[in-house]
Amino acid sequence: MPTITAAATRQTLSVLVDNNAGVLSQVSRLFSRKGYNIESLAVGTTDSPEVSRITIEVMADDLQTKQIMSQLSKLFPVRSVKRLESAYSIRRELVLIKVKAETRDVRNEVIQIANIFRASIIDVSLGSITLAVIGTESKDEAIEGLLKEFGILELARTGMVALERGQYTLNEESKVKGEYDYGKRML
Amino acid sequence: MKMKASQIVMECLLEQGVDTVFGYPGGTILEIYDEFERNGYGKRIRHILTSHEQGASHAADGYARSTGKVGVCFATSGPGATNLVTGIATAYMDSSPVVFITVNVGESLIGKDSFQEVDITGITMPITKCNYLVRRGEDLADVIREAFAIARNGRPGPVLIDILKNVTYEMVEYEPLPLSEHHRHGKLGRLIARDSHDLKAVEPDHEDVDGLVTLLGDCKKPLILVGGGVIRSRGAVREFRKFFEKLGAPVASTVMGGGACPGNHPQFTGMIGMHGNHASNLASNECDLLLAIGCRFSDRVTCDVNTFAPDACVVHIDIDRAEIDKNVLTSHHIIGDARRVLELLNERIEDQTYDFSEWAEYVLSHKEPELEHDESKLLPHEILETVSRLTDGNAIIATDVGQHQMWSCQYYHFNRPGQLLTSGGFGTMGFGYGAAFGAKLGNPQQVVVHCTGDGCFRMNCHEMATVQHYDIPVITIIFNNHTLGMVRQWQTLIYGQRYSNTTLDRGPDFVKLAEAYGIKGYRVTNVAEFEAAFKEALESGHAAVIDAMLDMDEMVHPMVSGGSPVTNFLLD
Repeated sequence: MPTITAAATRQTLSVLVDNNAGVLSQVSRLFSRKGYNIESLAVGTTDSPEVSRITIEVMADDLQTKQIMSQLSKLFPVRSVKRLESAYSIRRELVLIKVKAETRDVRNEVIQIANIFRASIIDVSLGSITLAVIGTESKDEAIEGLLKEFGILELARTGMVALERGQYTLNEESKVKGEYDYGKRML
Repeated sequence: MKMKASQIVMECLLEQGVDTVFGYPGGTILEIYDEFERNGYGKRIRHILTSHEQGASHAADGYARSTGKVGVCFATSGPGATNLVTGIATAYMDSSPVVFITVNVGESLIGKDSFQEVDITGITMPITKCNYLVRRGEDLADVIREAFAIARNGRPGPVLIDILKNVTYEMVEYEPLPLSEHHRHGKLGRLIARDSHDLKAVEPDHEDVDGLVTLLGDCKKPLILVGGGVIRSRGAVREFRKFFEKLGAPVASTVMGGGACPGNHPQFTGMIGMHGNHASNLASNECDLLLAIGCRFSDRVTCDVNTFAPDACVVHIDIDRAEIDKNVLTSHHIIGDARRVLELLNERIEDQTYDFSEWAEYVLSHKEPELEHDESKLLPHEILETVSRLTDGNAIIATDVGQHQMWSCQYYHFNRPGQLLTSGGFGTMGFGYGAAFGAKLGNPQQVVVHCTGDGCFRMNCHEMATVQHYDIPVITIIFNNHTLGMVRQWQTLIYGQRYSNTTLDRGPDFVKLAEAYGIKGYRVTNVAEFEAAFKEALESGHAAVIDAMLDMDEMVHPMVSGGSPVTNFLLD
């Protein structure tokens, strides 16, 4: 019998669910029950008001990811589950950072950093500047590291959202497809 | 036509062919209970009032397991609902189809910590296949139809419906719909259209089946491991028997698989795992192909999962995709209903293609010899052999959990599905009595025997009131050793004989207790007395309690300690 190799990497799962009360807790509960730590979780409705998309990022190895996916597929409100490979998907997160900026010099410097990172300034007061940055974790971490110098007053992130590149979509048919293909070509 | 939602509940139960409901009324569910009287539904659906909601939950479970139909259980809000929780978890772990219906406080009181309010859908989320909170009368019929379909189909399991009190007296439109039409309507229709295994028997992949046939042709020492999936899948047992007889390989069983292979079949190696037969455990260790059908490799089966079936190519057949590679990594798998997969296998396998007789003979030679008899005391296997003889091996045996459970699995030879009712997954003490009378009500022609211990019986013995009132002829055998035997066994073997809080040197006198409930009680200290008492109980046609006195240090043999390889026997 082969043994389990624990090579956990950051996995992005995209889950389409019925837009009902309690579905989010049902989904997130699965992760706590299995002892996996959710790195990031983002929920929102899709173009159809009946359907929500949950994007979950979790540290897991290949086997654990398959296990999570099959457990997710078992939930009745779950329409489809897909693992998004980083090479074939785009991931973005929005971070709001409120930076302490009490002098003109500091404000200028923060604005310069914002420009370099193509962050937008969405609020200014005499004591602070609030920036909105959209990016992946490396960009977010970089700007966060720079702004730490000035003092970050508050920070909020939306959690990562992701879509597949190209014309492929995640739709209802992929649930049955996944069940057939399990172990051969897991979606 | 317009009718009260409470009446719709009854109509929907009749649509499903429900004839028995177990339950306990209370403030919020009164409207539904009123239907038994007000509109005469009590004449069409028999309601069994138990002593405690837990008893009702186990009874509905036992009814479901023994009949293959969906069990139904009612309870009120708050404590009524939480008293079901152990029963729901028990059904969930053993994939038993039960629909639980509770009524919560009304909309205006929800979320206000009202009297007897509890978030039961939140509580039962991890232990139900699916649960519902019904807030609108219009949704009710749809939800009930969906709940039954979900409980029954795919991998069966419990479903809970929580209805708000104000919904139960709403007047709403009800369209009768025959069961055969349900899958075409409402949300259920949409769910089924998604083509999920949970609701629809999806055809197994034929290539996967062919792959297994190839593997069978290449192996020398195959072992078949059968689990509860073959019991739950209707008609699977017949196909299973055809299959393993064609193959001629040894067959081991999990606790939940008891009855899939006849207990006295020459290919049967017995139970596997912690208290497994030497032959089964040895075979799992030495086989080169382990074909697991409808089992989930629980820790009580594999013991140390890393050394389990070390030389084997593991093939897993299961209806639930999430079971594949969960506990044991497999080399090959087939996803599908056990009956259908076995049918496909049987189509592909000719008689006398395989010859594993040498290997089977080698494995089966390790089956333990006949047990000895000791004149001076009553032995557990003697009780079970006597029961087996007097019931022609045909009785339904419901057990609680512990030593008596393992003895029942080892020494009573089960021949058909639904004959052994035991809490294999959850290990619920107190499961047996409810399950036993639930099974008896579903199978009035069968003899039902409830095997229990003195610890377990204490947990739900108040159900004697139910058994006596409805005159349900269940024979209870208490394997009374004045201790929590299985825990004591661990304390003896692993905890340096420090018997912390396991000795039950206290009342009640079970014979007197039975008599207080109006049930005939017997106390027996040897086989002859036991046989006489059991015969008398059997002939009486009424419930009986037999208090069988055993030695405190009786142990379950063999035993492998948890977490060590299955062939490292702590006890032979």
